[in-house]
Amino acid sequence: MSPRSPWADAVLAAALFATDPHGTGGVLLRAHAGPVRDRWLALVRTLMPHGAPWRRVPIHVTDGRLLGGLDLAATLRSGRPVAERGLLAEADGGALVLAMAERVAPGAAARIAAALDTGEAAVERDGLGLRLAARFGVLALDEGASPDERTPAVLADRLAFPVDLTGLSAREAHDAGLDAAAAAQARSRLARVRAADCVLEALVATAAAIGIGSMRIPLLALRAARAAAALAGRDAVAEEDASLAGRLVLAPRATALPPAEPPSEEPRPDAPDPPGSGSETERPDGDGGALADIVLEATQAAIPPGLLAELRVRAARTRMPSAGRAGAVQRSRLRGRPTGTRAGDPRGGARLNVVETLRAAAPWQPLRRRERGAAARADGGTPRVEVRREDFRVTRFRQRAQTTTIFVVDASGSAALHRLSEAKGAVELLLADAYVRRDRVALVAFRGKGAELLLPPTRSLARAKRSLAALPGGGGTPLAAGIDVAAALAEAVGRRGETPVVVLLTDGRANVARDGGRTRAEEEALAAARVLRDAGVAAMVVDTSPRPQPLAGRLAAEMGARYLPLPHVDSAKLSRAVRASAAAAR
Amino acid sequence: MATAFPFSAIVGQDEMKLALLIAAVDPTIGGVLVFGDRGTGKSTTVRALAALLPPMRAVVGCPYGCDPGAVAKLCERCTGAKGNGPPKSRLVPVPVVDLPLGATEDRVVGALDLERALAHGVKAFEPGLLARAHRGFLYIDEVNLLEDHLVDVLLDVAASGENVVEREGLSVRHPARFVLIGSGNPEEGELRPQLLDRFGLSVEVKTPSELAVRIEVVRRRDAFDRDPAAFAARWKREDARLRRRILAARERLPGVAVPDAALGAAAELCMRLGTDGLRGELTLMRAARALASLEGDGAVGEAHLRRVAPAALRHRLRRNPLDDAGSTTRVERALAEQFGPA
Repeated sequence: MSPRSPWADAVLAAALFATDPHGTGGVLLRAHAGPVRDRWLALVRTLMPHGAPWRRVPIHVTDGRLLGGLDLAATLRSGRPVAERGLLAEADGGALVLAMAERVAPGAAARIAAALDTGEAAVERDGLGLRLAARFGVLALDEGASPDERTPAVLADRLAFPVDLTGLSAREAHDAGLDAAAAAQARSRLARVRAADCVLEALVATAAAIGIGSMRIPLLALRAARAAAALAGRDAVAEEDASLAGRLVLAPRATALPPAEPPSEEPRPDAPDPPGSGSETERPDGDGGALADIVLEATQAAIPPGLLAELRVRAARTRMPSAGRAGAVQRSRLRGRPTGTRAGDPRGGARLNVVETLRAAAPWQPLRRRERGAAARADGGTPRVEVRREDFRVTRFRQRAQTTTIFVVDASGSAALHRLSEAKGAVELLLADAYVRRDRVALVAFRGKGAELLLPPTRSLARAKRSLAALPGGGGTPLAAGIDVAAALAEAVGRRGETPVVVLLTDGRANVARDGGRTRAEEEALAAARVLRDAGVAAMVVDTSPRPQPLAGRLAAEMGARYLPLPHVDSAKLSRAVRASAAAAR
Repeated sequence: MATAFPFSAIVGQDEMKLALLIAAVDPTIGGVLVFGDRGTGKSTTVRALAALLPPMRAVVGCPYGCDPGAVAKLCERCTGAKGNGPPKSRLVPVPVVDLPLGATEDRVVGALDLERALAHGVKAFEPGLLARAHRGFLYIDEVNLLEDHLVDVLLDVAASGENVVEREGLSVRHPARFVLIGSGNPEEGELRPQLLDRFGLSVEVKTPSELAVRIEVVRRRDAFDRDPAAFAARWKREDARLRRRILAARERLPGVAVPDAALGAAAELCMRLGTDGLRGELTLMRAARALASLEGDGAVGEAHLRRVAPAALRHRLRRNPLDDAGSTTRVERALAEQFGPA
């Protein structure tokens, strides 16, 4: 097999997607906006069935537009409820293009994922209960710059083809040599294509060997293999189709290298026979194991270099960020901005949303006019629009400024390791009620040569727990670096309109300066502390040394922070203290 | 409606299947929460349950599907029609209602019937999803992403077993007793503690690690996707067998004895784990009884308690930040302490 260029693989993915848009789920396209991406999208469009819908989902799509709802104008005109189809239903039979997929809110991603699963859009809105066909494929355009900015996993898990076009120049994106006729032929052939059992086994085994947990992925690979066979004009999935599916669907998702010995020696999988079907499980025996090897080899060869190293780094930091971090940023930027409307009384400080109120009142007008008819005539004239209290819609704002507690944990050798476990405990305690109080926590650790943001602001206990568990200890004490990272994070948090609270857990014995040296370590730490104070960030220093240290006390004074010498700190006490500080900062 | 994946064709995931069967045998258990990895067939299994459940008897024409046998629990409409003998009834499928994300409050609790209001100027109540779910199951996928105001509604209705609607000049109350089933991925965020507490059983699902099992999962799913009807037909007998088992277990349930020893063991286990309140003990007992009934046993024994304890208790543990072990491990540890190693 000749070495493949990323563009050639992207073209193949486009063709396979166009062959079976709904079956393969879609393409997760990582690329910057630009000519390369445009060319690829244009290619997909030409390969799709003639006249197939092509719907673009904007980043701030509302539920009404995405799922559908009541068509107000038509409803009033015709005097009966008229449903308006949402983007999901409109995209039926075609493609749903998701712009800036890495910033999509988890809720919207989950709605799209649900439609992908069931092939229909479930609408329970505005007095309508509908199930509309929505068999589409998703083209998720991911422009995430950093590894933390990712398309929500709930969506990524349902799209067969991860394609990466970043760093590809327009020159490389030459003509594809594929036309609409070939894709149309493949589509008509697809239903006939059979895949032998050994193909299925090979794909599942390969996925397992390279550490893919989700059961959806091998299924998507199987569909991709069928599409590949259809595209090649075959009625049965051949070896190269399975290999191609392994390369395009499985390889980019690898989280582990296969064991040195390919799993061909493993006992043949003998699954229980489903009752009432004797012949079905009789597989064409013979080359099942061989095929598994071939597919594994092809897949392994396609695992991008550096991917596994990058994965390991990312796993140490935050294992699989669920929703793109950018998505979270997007949400919290809405502070002070409406996040929707809800029925409610405009008294008590809530702001009336006039348009939504009229919209809520509109459908009932004929009924109300009739009810009121007699009384109104006596008054002389009916009001043009009758609005009742239950129509009132008030704008929902972001509830209140979130507090983000940034824990800065001294993980150096001098801070004994049991202190680390107490810091871990406090973070977990805070998280446990963070959901109720809408607070978030972040975790910065410093040790050895520098500081690292272990956990970006989050509310997810699962993520926090894991990153805490993975926190190692030992090494020098680069205190200044730790405070620097915390200050930068606090600033970012403040920019989003949230209230940062920094909790520093250390014994104050800095011994590594920013340049890695020793001499200026303490001085720099105190300077960094002053910067934090000048930024007006509420802070607290928890002295974790066995006996209270003057160093930590001085640090707290420079930081303008509360000083808590807690020689025998317990998590509950710490958590109470942090809560008190957070309340003061608000 | 599209053909559902047959329940009996689901490979592995025994804890999840068992929890759903227990809820089908004894709906008072109070719901099942399924949390776990992506792509493990969480929603497939719940949706499969709908096709499996034996049909129930409901009053003809009642929008809430009242049970003609339970006079005390009838809705206003059915109580009003009483007098001339027992109400007419017929067999209907047990509702398994999907509460999709993005549903609006009016659809969930019910609202003025738009069609009739517009076309005929009549003020009529159109029951919502809660009414449809009465006596059945209400399923929320990605339950941890459900909007807060809907969570409030659910908490209120689940606690009272009754849905009270006061809006658009309507004043309606109707029974709404349902088994709440939620699924989600803990990566997406935590569940509100109050809502967590509503679920009687909580199960964790993981991706199967055995290759043979994984292959069988994909094989069956693929066979189903290619020809749903044929696949469902192949599993019809198996599903029917399971249905008979549920029915038999329901009949047997009142007769299953709960010896004092079992009660004592359940209480001790809960104390050992420090679960809040009595709900844990109650659920543990009910689940063990339903399990005994499913297995055709006459009395609750240690084996039953052991099997259902993780599901009944793991979400009721107080978080102990200094204990890194997951809640499942903690329950298992307590079980081993009490009953000896498994």
